[in-house]
Amino acid sequence: MTAEPSETPAPTAGATTADLTLDASVAAADVPPALVAGSLGQYLRASWLRVRSGDSGVLPVILGLVVVAVGFQIANSKFLSALNLVNLFEQSTVYMLLAMAEIFALLLGEIDLSVGLVMGLGSVVVAELVQPSGANWPWWAAIIVTLLACAAVGFIQGTLVARFRMPSFIVTLGGLLILEGVAIIVLGGSLVGIGNSQYGNENALYNIYWGSFSPVVGWVLLVVLVAAAGTGLWMRDARKRRRNLVAAPRSLTVMKIVLIAVAGAAVVAVCNVNRAHSGVIEGVPYVIPIVLIVLGVCTVLLQRTKFGRYVYAIGGSAEAAQRAGIRLTSIRTWSFVLAAVISGIAGVLFASWQVSLTTNIIKASNSYVLLAVAAAVIGGTSLFGGRGKTIHGVLGGLVIGGIYNGLYLLGVSSQWIDVVVAGVLLAAALIDTLSRRGAPDRT
Amino acid sequence: MARADAHGQNREAPVTADPGETKAGTAGAGTTDLTLDATVAAADVPPAILAQSLGQYMRSWWLRVRSGNSGVLPVVLAMVLVAVVFEIVTPEHAFLRPSNLVYIFGLSTVYMVLAMAETLVLLLAEVDLSVGAVALIGGVIAFKLVQQPGPNWPWWLAVLASLVICGAIGALQGSLTALLRVPSFVATLAGFLLFSGVLVIVLGGADTTVSLNTSVENQNIIYELVQGLISPLVAWIILAVVVVAAAASQGLRRAARRRKGLSVPPLSLVAIRIGLMAILGAAVVVICSVNRGSSLRSVTGIPWVIPIVLALCAVWTLVLQRTKFGRYMYATGGNPEAARRAGINVSGIRIWAFALCSATAALGGILLGSFFYGEYSSNTADPGQLVLYTVAAAVIGGVSLFGGRGKAVHGVLGGLLIGGIAYGVSLLNLGSLSTPLQYILPGGVLLVAVLIDVSSRRGAGA
Amino acid sequence: MTEVNEAPAGASRGGDGTEPLLRLRGIDKHFGPVQALYGVNLDLPAGQVTGLCGDNGAGKSVLTRTIAGAHQPDHGEIFFEGKPVHIRSTRDASALGIETVYQDLALANNLDIVENMFLGRERLSRGLLDEDSMELQAAETLSTLRVTTVRSIRQPVASLSGGQRQSVAVAKAVMWNSKLVLLDEPTAALGVVQTRSVLDLIKRLRDRGLAVMVISHNLNDVFEVADRIAVLYLGRMVAEGPASGFDLQSVVQYMTTGSTSGRPYESAGSANGEG
Repeated sequence: MTAEPSETPAPTAGATTADLTLDASVAAADVPPALVAGSLGQYLRASWLRVRSGDSGVLPVILGLVVVAVGFQIANSKFLSALNLVNLFEQSTVYMLLAMAEIFALLLGEIDLSVGLVMGLGSVVVAELVQPSGANWPWWAAIIVTLLACAAVGFIQGTLVARFRMPSFIVTLGGLLILEGVAIIVLGGSLVGIGNSQYGNENALYNIYWGSFSPVVGWVLLVVLVAAAGTGLWMRDARKRRRNLVAAPRSLTVMKIVLIAVAGAAVVAVCNVNRAHSGVIEGVPYVIPIVLIVLGVCTVLLQRTKFGRYVYAIGGSAEAAQRAGIRLTSIRTWSFVLAAVISGIAGVLFASWQVSLTTNIIKASNSYVLLAVAAAVIGGTSLFGGRGKTIHGVLGGLVIGGIYNGLYLLGVSSQWIDVVVAGVLLAAALIDTLSRRGAPDRT
Repeated sequence: MARADAHGQNREAPVTADPGETKAGTAGAGTTDLTLDATVAAADVPPAILAQSLGQYMRSWWLRVRSGNSGVLPVVLAMVLVAVVFEIVTPEHAFLRPSNLVYIFGLSTVYMVLAMAETLVLLLAEVDLSVGAVALIGGVIAFKLVQQPGPNWPWWLAVLASLVICGAIGALQGSLTALLRVPSFVATLAGFLLFSGVLVIVLGGADTTVSLNTSVENQNIIYELVQGLISPLVAWIILAVVVVAAAASQGLRRAARRRKGLSVPPLSLVAIRIGLMAILGAAVVVICSVNRGSSLRSVTGIPWVIPIVLALCAVWTLVLQRTKFGRYMYATGGNPEAARRAGINVSGIRIWAFALCSATAALGGILLGSFFYGEYSSNTADPGQLVLYTVAAAVIGGVSLFGGRGKAVHGVLGGLLIGGIAYGVSLLNLGSLSTPLQYILPGGVLLVAVLIDVSSRRGAGA
Repeated sequence: MTEVNEAPAGASRGGDGTEPLLRLRGIDKHFGPVQALYGVNLDLPAGQVTGLCGDNGAGKSVLTRTIAGAHQPDHGEIFFEGKPVHIRSTRDASALGIETVYQDLALANNLDIVENMFLGRERLSRGLLDEDSMELQAAETLSTLRVTTVRSIRQPVASLSGGQRQSVAVAKAVMWNSKLVLLDEPTAALGVVQTRSVLDLIKRLRDRGLAVMVISHNLNDVFEVADRIAVLYLGRMVAEGPASGFDLQSVVQYMTTGSTSGRPYESAGSANGEG
């Protein structure tokens, strides 16, 4: 504790206490609470202090989820029914994927307005490639080629942004226009569908969205997931503690594992309820593990590799990154490639979901970018770069999916839904901006 | 190192150890012909101020282009290119036929107005992505207010109300950006989504149409904004009056400056400018005077909208170049911190810019409805496409995305180019390709325009 | 005090006569028609702090960037540990053991201390970041430099005070087997207490045997830490030698007029004694 007021960020008492969680200066100093807490109680206290000092993290989105769940259930008691919840999960996966794609751009301090149309183009390409009367490719080849095509689009946009230093919102604005035209050309002016169940490739594509695991497999997958995640988390924390590094308290790690197990069990249980009106439809839909795999890969990429570290560095200070010898051009370009590939995955799901694609649907896919940005920002990713995680995309996507689903259930017309989503985006952006108190003047 | 000789004059170009002191290498920093000095050109001094003769003007203008500030050169070249290419590939070489040209003029006016609106925001290094949706809302509001039976407002009041309402919308978005520091592209992105929804709500449903009844005089006036024609004779008179007035004002201003001992542009330059204006104006009148109807029912004359839009351009040019407000706009766009320190209310300027942008966009929306024969439905235009065309028009016209650079006339030129491309593509009768091309071409044009903008900024060392 | 135009050969060597870590001889640098450095000689001995002084535009930044590899000299030679070298890039400089801390510190605000210290040179284990070993080494470096006021090494750099950020930037420079550390205006934006801690840090670097060059406008700070002083005037090295040979007035005179003889500096072309 020094006399210099600038030395300690916030006035506090007892800065010499051993319990750093009581130290408001530490909270204001933005140290992740997990690292200063010696016990679960300290962790909760530190988190609360942090929220009060302005960095609310995932709290808004958790609150949002609660509000959505409670509010819509009150308005329409079918909201939390098994059938509707599974629908909600399935629809949200598209938003989640687009949000995760967008996060790669947002972390750099850029934006990708074309994610909706990359999804649209991807959906059209994959649908056309499996047509038996046309290309008649095996479904897995069609998907691979689609993703490669999307990667190429991302590479072009990324190069324009990274090498030519064109503003990203213009590049992706022009990009989405061009992609819309290309998608219409690929569509050939009419309609392409994958609804014919007698053609194996079409059927495979159809099942990606509409198919599900059997209940037993669902439970098995859950157990595997919890076991793997749990062991991984536990071992990592144990190793840190052994080497006397900064680590979270044991009880916190346990809580995390329990939370994953409980949430996972809830999802599997809900999905395993028979949701068909007649006959049997039950089990965890394929799309949920697909999204979780993408989530896992992206999280590892961003948090545990050099590439991810450099993405955060560029978003925080491109100048510092450059001085440190980081190649800005290649990091930025590859981020846009990743965003496009993930949008392409969303496109495959989208094609499967819509079953038949028309020009109007292509045009409508443009509006998904707003949902993607809203989902990312609601989830906690900052528009200004340098702050955010892929889990935010998943949580935010769930909130957006919930709002859409709930309003639709209530019979609200689509234009009013647009109004509501716009309001939500604005609110999220406001929270993001306000939480950046002390950010340098935006000139 | 600067060495003072016996007379205290620098015998060689000033040299310090700090390389940032003088710009790109040059010789003759002491010449009297400032147009030869590359540092002056790179310093972006308008050539008209430096030149004492027409030859010097051309030389300094060319130096300026080479150092990165190309002004309207790209868009003019692009227009020539578009005209030539489309004339060649259009069936029956019909592109430059007067009837098509007049149609292009009419269509372009919408983009011109929207581009001028967007320019106000681009000058501040912001962007307004809701300009398309707001334009449509403005048009629908005006159309709804003159409906009979219904509100049956006088047309001018309906138009005014539409401008005011949209201006308020813009002020709201501007406040979010200026006061709450929400990035403008997010605030206006949300606005775009919001007002697309509100548009359908105001229309009363996804498939309803509101149209103008041309037999009612009050509503007919709005219809006539684009569809109505001024007779050729009156058009020539108006042109003559405008040219004479412009010549007189330019000449008088030059004389006044000369009297006060200030630098004046060469007389030949003023003459060329006036001449150019006269020639272009005459060309437009001539094109519009050609009978594009049939021998039974002749259709000649300039659409009212052309002089209206040119008047709007003149107003905005006046506001931006000759008023305190305009000066403050450029200052805020160029260096907001310096503007703030100079006592300029930067937030106020931003809010006003967004408000005026949305109000002008509303005017564009009204023209759009008139262009589409007085009918407004949710299918009339795609607000997203409008925005993209608008930004493309402004940027290729010469407005910089990075703020501080651009004029109202850039919006006019860019709007004309975009209108030409949009219509030209539809003329090509490409069947299934024509719809996608209407997306691909403006997208490509936008990217090329911005590429030029970015590279020119780098060339100028900005 | 040694005026370069009167220096006998060998006078600018390290106090005990050993070869200096870095030696510049006759360095010229121009940018177009602008000559930034004229025949600059400079010695940076290990285990000593050299203060580089000069007015605005004297060429301090250019000289620093030349040593750091960001510029290539047009003429002249650089000797590192007695051997001639060509420093063609900042990577070359780093490879030799030359690290620079620029005035804006080049820290990414959203990353924590460990991430910043290893930025661009992360350690990998099985393809992924080896967080643990990086954290251990960062903690060790900070404690060796006795930077203790930081609460947690996982704290985002944005929440540190100015002096702490400067310490992190210096620690970052020092961590990599560096032999020469160049500091550009390290105390320019700091208050009294923080300046004190940074100056102590600089002394500790010297005590570890590094060669340190500090550019500073603040002559008080320079006199506090410097063992040697070098003064640039309009691109020329007009004075260089042990700090004991200078006082405040003479340094100021060198900075503003190029000499202490009372007359404006005149370059007779051969004024540089050793090249």
